[in-house]
Amino acid sequence: MQNDVLILGGGVGGTVVANLVAKDLGDRARVTVVDTTGIHVYQPGFLYVAIGQEHPEALQRPEASLLRHDIKLVVDRATRVDTATQKVVLASGRTLRYDELLLATGSRTVMEEVPGGAGAHDFYTMDGATRLFKALKEFEGGKILIGVAGIPYKCPPAPVEFAFLLDDYLRSRHIRDKSEIGLLSPLNRAFTIEATSKLVQPILAERGIELTGFFNVETVDPIAKTVTSLEGDTMEYDLLVLVPPHRGQKVIEDSGLGDERGWVPVDKNTLKHTGFQNIWAVGDATNIPISKSGSVAHYEASVAAGALAAAVRGEAPPTHVYDGKVMCFLETGQGQATTISFDYDHPPVSPTPARRWHWLKTLFNKTYWHTVPQGRLP
Amino acid sequence: MSATIAKSLDLKGLSCPMPIIKTAKAMKELAPGQLLEVFATDPGSVPDFKAWAQTTGNPLVESSESAGIFHFTLKKKEL
Repeated sequence: MQNDVLILGGGVGGTVVANLVAKDLGDRARVTVVDTTGIHVYQPGFLYVAIGQEHPEALQRPEASLLRHDIKLVVDRATRVDTATQKVVLASGRTLRYDELLLATGSRTVMEEVPGGAGAHDFYTMDGATRLFKALKEFEGGKILIGVAGIPYKCPPAPVEFAFLLDDYLRSRHIRDKSEIGLLSPLNRAFTIEATSKLVQPILAERGIELTGFFNVETVDPIAKTVTSLEGDTMEYDLLVLVPPHRGQKVIEDSGLGDERGWVPVDKNTLKHTGFQNIWAVGDATNIPISKSGSVAHYEASVAAGALAAAVRGEAPPTHVYDGKVMCFLETGQGQATTISFDYDHPPVSPTPARRWHWLKTLFNKTYWHTVPQGRLP
Repeated sequence: MSATIAKSLDLKGLSCPMPIIKTAKAMKELAPGQLLEVFATDPGSVPDFKAWAQTTGNPLVESSESAGIFHFTLKKKEL
């Protein structure tokens, strides 16, 4: 008898799990991926689109080209999961049944939750990054502020990276001396991780990027061009770049499978839904308090794939669990970068910024398509 | 400590920087002089609350730890 393994979401997590499970189970399971667009997007590239170093087309491939041939791809939007009947309802009205379900639905950005937020730019969607680069091309000098309007958000170091790459960009246009760059941080350091903040703060100072701590963006006044924090401070800007608030997908909220922000509650090691025996989640979709990033989805995928395959076979769950591993690159500008690696038991460590880390990040961005989705990298 | 607590926040289990953000939101709702107490389990919250109080001018009137749970009392600054 074949089991139906259903995967919602064709991002990093969903794609890797689908390929690993299909390869492992062969005829034992029918593996189906439901994806809203059928286009796989390499989201870490948005940062580069925003400063004109990457073309949007280079960050997209048909999801079908990344999935094994024995996996069925359904391009449709999942609107509701009915756990009682083990069915998923799609926007087209079609329903798909499942024996095992993986929620790899990612996150969505909700700038509309920020009063006045429509007046801000962002690099968290392809459209946002494209519009931001257009605005930067027209920028002739003034004050650019970079702030955070909600936690958690994807890729915690991204605002810092953007500040560095923006500094490079403005220098390349010879308008850096007519511009100010301000980085508004939720904490009293560059970003959450203290060790890495200590490493990058002197570089921020060296590049003339002004760091303002404990500035949690609450509202924007696009007419007066001011941004105000939860702490009650107000700053003026000429161009504002905000990390938008994030939520889980609507299908999670509408199906009662998430918390108040739509994040799926899972066991932080097994990735199994805390309320259902046959539902797992990976990547941005979970409520695990670690980075929402492609690397996390990637590392979690092998664990979820093992658990799904064991469930299909009726075996005990595998002993291989997710250990909280995170690995990020952090661009520090001028052709250099550092990395951040940690897990549940080991605090973050970052090497001194160097050219080789920037090269490695560039190489990873290019080779991603041939390695990660297929599950070829551990 | 004779002043009564106007609001209590249970932020146990949340990791940095969520305790600071939830606290900043809660403080906005208080009147000057009112007290907010916070329970948290993230060890990083100890230096973070101290620094947040100094930066924002809302005094940290008490900070303690018992069985891995950190307890902070903050006073909303006078206008």
